[in-house]
Amino acid sequence: MTSAQTSAHPLVAANGLTKRFAAPRRLSDMFSGQRPHVYAVDGIDLCIGKGESVGLLGESGCGKTTTGRLLLKLTEPSAGSIAFDGVAIDTLKGDDLTAFRKRAQLVFQNPFDALNPRFTIERVLAEPLVNTGVERASHRDKVEKALAQVRLPPLSRFEGLFPHQLSGGQLQRIVLARALVLEPDFIVADEPVSMLDVSVRAGVLNVMREVRATLGLAALYISHDLALVRYVCSTTLVMYLGKIVEQGPTADLLKTPLHPYTRALVNAVPVPRVDQSHAALPIIGNVSDARGQPRGCRFRDRCPMAVARCAAEEPLLRDLGQGRRVACHLA
Amino acid sequence: MADQPVLEVRDLSVEYRTARGVVRAVDGISFSVPKGAILGLVGESGCGKPTVARSITGVLHQSARIAGGELLLHGRDLVSGPPKAWLDARWREISFVPQSAMNSLDPVYRIGSQIEEVLIHRGGKTRAEARARASALFEMVGLNPGRLDEYPHQFSGGMRQRVAIALALALNPSLVIADEPVTALDVIVQRQILDVIRDLQRRLSLSMILVTHDISVVAYLCDQVVVMYAGRVVESGSTRDVLEQPRHPYTMGLTNAFPDLESAAHDLVPIEGSPPDLSQSLVGCRFQPRCPFSLPVCISDDPRTEVAETGARFACHRHADSERLRRQSRDIATWQRPQ
Repeated sequence: MTSAQTSAHPLVAANGLTKRFAAPRRLSDMFSGQRPHVYAVDGIDLCIGKGESVGLLGESGCGKTTTGRLLLKLTEPSAGSIAFDGVAIDTLKGDDLTAFRKRAQLVFQNPFDALNPRFTIERVLAEPLVNTGVERASHRDKVEKALAQVRLPPLSRFEGLFPHQLSGGQLQRIVLARALVLEPDFIVADEPVSMLDVSVRAGVLNVMREVRATLGLAALYISHDLALVRYVCSTTLVMYLGKIVEQGPTADLLKTPLHPYTRALVNAVPVPRVDQSHAALPIIGNVSDARGQPRGCRFRDRCPMAVARCAAEEPLLRDLGQGRRVACHLA
Repeated sequence: MADQPVLEVRDLSVEYRTARGVVRAVDGISFSVPKGAILGLVGESGCGKPTVARSITGVLHQSARIAGGELLLHGRDLVSGPPKAWLDARWREISFVPQSAMNSLDPVYRIGSQIEEVLIHRGGKTRAEARARASALFEMVGLNPGRLDEYPHQFSGGMRQRVAIALALALNPSLVIADEPVTALDVIVQRQILDVIRDLQRRLSLSMILVTHDISVVAYLCDQVVVMYAGRVVESGSTRDVLEQPRHPYTMGLTNAFPDLESAAHDLVPIEGSPPDLSQSLVGCRFQPRCPFSLPVCISDDPRTEVAETGARFACHRHADSERLRRQSRDIATWQRPQ
């Protein structure tokens, strides 16, 4: 049994996860007395098994970063629940919260901003150990181990060096090592290579794939980059305006996308080959307003296939077998 | 005889004065932009791409100067010519699409008036003519002319990028330079903008230089490609030729390092190391420290530019072996070295 959906005890399980933010009020809202909300994440379920790596794909503003932050308890959900290793995280406090923080870590997007410029690399890497009260004697060993995992050993080469003295590719691996130093079970990587040049990006991606395999780490990769998701994730979720519209094994999902939005995403990506299709995109317009909770399918005004039912009834995520699920009336 | 190229860059060098001394960011590069073609200028950050783009438009940073070479626009040199000629050419002959359209539009003026300003002051149009032209430009890039009176914040990122393209086309320039025009955008919007550029290029037979780090964008859009590394051109030629049969190890590395939707099963092949520090004086091939195929001659001598039978140009000492190197470059073990 490989699918986390069927395993009895997933590492991360979210149910009906919702996060809404107050939207800026417009003049018309003031007259009508409404307090509009933006539903950044709107009732999603997701499940990540131990050692599983899941990709969360979507355009800016679809709620993917908020989802990652919710799973790490960096922001509180407006509704819904999250269980980590069978325990609900919403009420965690004190030592339990610290224990959770050690097991669930975040890898930041921009390595140039994520490290304190006044800390040496050694201090950057030891900081999480200090903060979570790990005994000092073991720090050096743990840091060495994390550096080896990201293929940057030994620590002595960074003696007295500060972040600005390292290249972008090295920094991103340091950011990853900092997350790994606590030996977590779960990491959320938010656009982990989008700031890096192509030639070094490949190296960081290889390290991520290797780390996942050797440490049995569960991971959520948040990205708009289909190739990255294809390269590191076994399962992929596609988000559109706060909803999951499609999920499935990455290779199948990208090869035969079922939701019209996924199809548009896949078709939109140019490939590094000279002979490629220049066919028009099967999508219209721009992402619509995320305010409120519209009736029907949120993608319908951009969908070339939309029918009357799409406006009246919201499509629910249906199970199609073989791990594939899609929220579309027509798929 | 072939048409005269719109722009010919000959042996261009650009230097920056910095606290650490003079940095030669662009060192003797040459290429030309044929009429009606899109030329892709690729390379990683720090290789000098934006500096090339800025020197052609003549808007270099204060600390930078053109240290040598020629920029021939329709055969006339801008560098040695009177400054007024260059000034007059700007926007009328050579226009620019910036990377971040968010920051290039003035937030307190209506978009229409920003386009009209260019048309009136640079193009000598009357207000009524400018208004009509602005509407036509909006339609050309797929925007609704009814929104000319809106402000930049009312437009999405993709729409603002379309405005930036409309602005660049305002005076029918013979060359448009676009600096990473889609980098900040989401995939779908990115593709829409690429399609706008492609469509306009076909209809108006525009000549363009597209600065990008993304090989896929080059493959999608460009007829010609120039690959830069550490301030030099390492390889150039038709896109098909360069991407399908790279002859320089750096280009080979770049094409292998790209994740591709269909071939994700195999390992990506990274190029270890980072580009050299240009404030030091450099001897030999600049890619040598990262190149898995380097020979002693690569350390001591600059490679000469060779011309392949297809017309592609490349600068590598091991040019005779390129077929074999290409095969080896696909193997990840080739590029791995002790750290």
